[in-house]
Amino acid sequence: MMLDAADFAAVRLTLELATVVTLLLLAIGTPVAWWLARTRSRLRHAVGAVVALPLVLPPTVIGFYLLLLLGPNGPVGKLTEALGIGLLPFSFGGLVLASVCYSLPFVVQPLQNAFEAIGTRPLEVAATLRASPWDTFWSVAVPLARPGFLSGAVLGFAHTVGEFGVVLMIGGNIPDKTRVVSVQIYDHVEALEYAQAHWLAGGMLVFSFLVLLALYTFYPQAMKGRRR
Amino acid sequence: MKQLAGLLALIACHAAQADEVQVAVAANFTAPMQKIAAAFEQDTGHKAVLAFGATGKFYAQIVNGAPFEVLLAADDETPAKLEAEHRTVPGTRFTYATGKLALWSAKDGYVDGQGQVLKTGDYAHLAIANPKTAPYGAAAIGTLNKLGVHDRVQGKLVQGENIAQTHQFVSTGNAPLGFVALSQVYRDGRFTSGSGWIVPDNLHGPIRQDAVILAKGGANPAAKALAGYLKSSKAREIIRSYGYAL
Repeated sequence: MMLDAADFAAVRLTLELATVVTLLLLAIGTPVAWWLARTRSRLRHAVGAVVALPLVLPPTVIGFYLLLLLGPNGPVGKLTEALGIGLLPFSFGGLVLASVCYSLPFVVQPLQNAFEAIGTRPLEVAATLRASPWDTFWSVAVPLARPGFLSGAVLGFAHTVGEFGVVLMIGGNIPDKTRVVSVQIYDHVEALEYAQAHWLAGGMLVFSFLVLLALYTFYPQAMKGRRR
Repeated sequence: MKQLAGLLALIACHAAQADEVQVAVAANFTAPMQKIAAAFEQDTGHKAVLAFGATGKFYAQIVNGAPFEVLLAADDETPAKLEAEHRTVPGTRFTYATGKLALWSAKDGYVDGQGQVLKTGDYAHLAIANPKTAPYGAAAIGTLNKLGVHDRVQGKLVQGENIAQTHQFVSTGNAPLGFVALSQVYRDGRFTSGSGWIVPDNLHGPIRQDAVILAKGGANPAAKALAGYLKSSKAREIIRSYGYAL
């Protein structure tokens, strides 16, 4: 095996980051997706566009603005310092925050599609049976939207694993704290350590393929998005 | 008719003389090279098309067929390695600048004239370029070792992918201070903003930055012209004004 301790540390950190980010994204993305799927507010287009921004912006733009926002002169940086958390760049927390921003559409969009696919009828039926909105959501909407939750979670996780530009911009390349696999691969390539780069890069390739293969095999309807 | 022929001859002659040269430039040399390229085009009619980035990345790209014709590296090892692999025009390698390292902060009055802030400062982060891949990063580590503070600051180090990103970490204030290329923060004998300390040469090995004409540029007169131009007094004056030694 050509991987050394630093490589394994990067792999472990990447998996930790992706797990934390996926859980957070499900918690944040579900109400956002529900609101986007149900609301008639004029704001829905604007909110939908904001959520989709990371799909079209280069990661360096997101990373650069996060660096400014989270820095000592940025509004978020001033807030975190006032709260006693300190500055977020160059920390695991900073990577989590950046990754949540960056992977948000990969969770919200499948969820929104799944919620929209349910339509209003099952919810109205539940209401006529005197289910509260809260009960309707958990007993009717969530089970029906299961493929959306699964594909959102898998895409959010996989996308965070594969993230590079944002973590490069605000990470600081610190072993065990912010040096994720993609950055480690870049370092290997720059240092002309091509054998190690191949092991990690090839591993990423196989991992990504298997994730997508599983998704397409088991949840083809979820991957197609909007149905009915 | 005669006039037209004369005009055509002039155009043909101009086309033969004015060529484009594709240049890969080390990130720390971005600003001076933009200035030199403008002067080069004005003086010779040739156009230098510049790409900026990390030297190690350029190496990988060149080996894999990138169309660069001249390389201005951040070190002297990469051009030597390319020469040994017969990917350059033999005998065209030379040092175009010697880099200087600076300890710099975006805050006024933060860095003192002796770099004492390294030992006494209560800072959370010290930014350096990746010492494994960037010569300025290696020089920064060398300096910390020489000063005997390496162990003390070890836990505070954050690494930029190259010197441009390291500068970004410091200029946005996320790292209160860091080791950057003097050329990034220095113009005409003074720091352009913030506060800094020019690290003396005896604290780290010299950062010799070598240039070389790559095999792809062998037949391009503009590549040869650019290599010559980098040695001209006009170019050397620009290079020196950014704080490089020659």
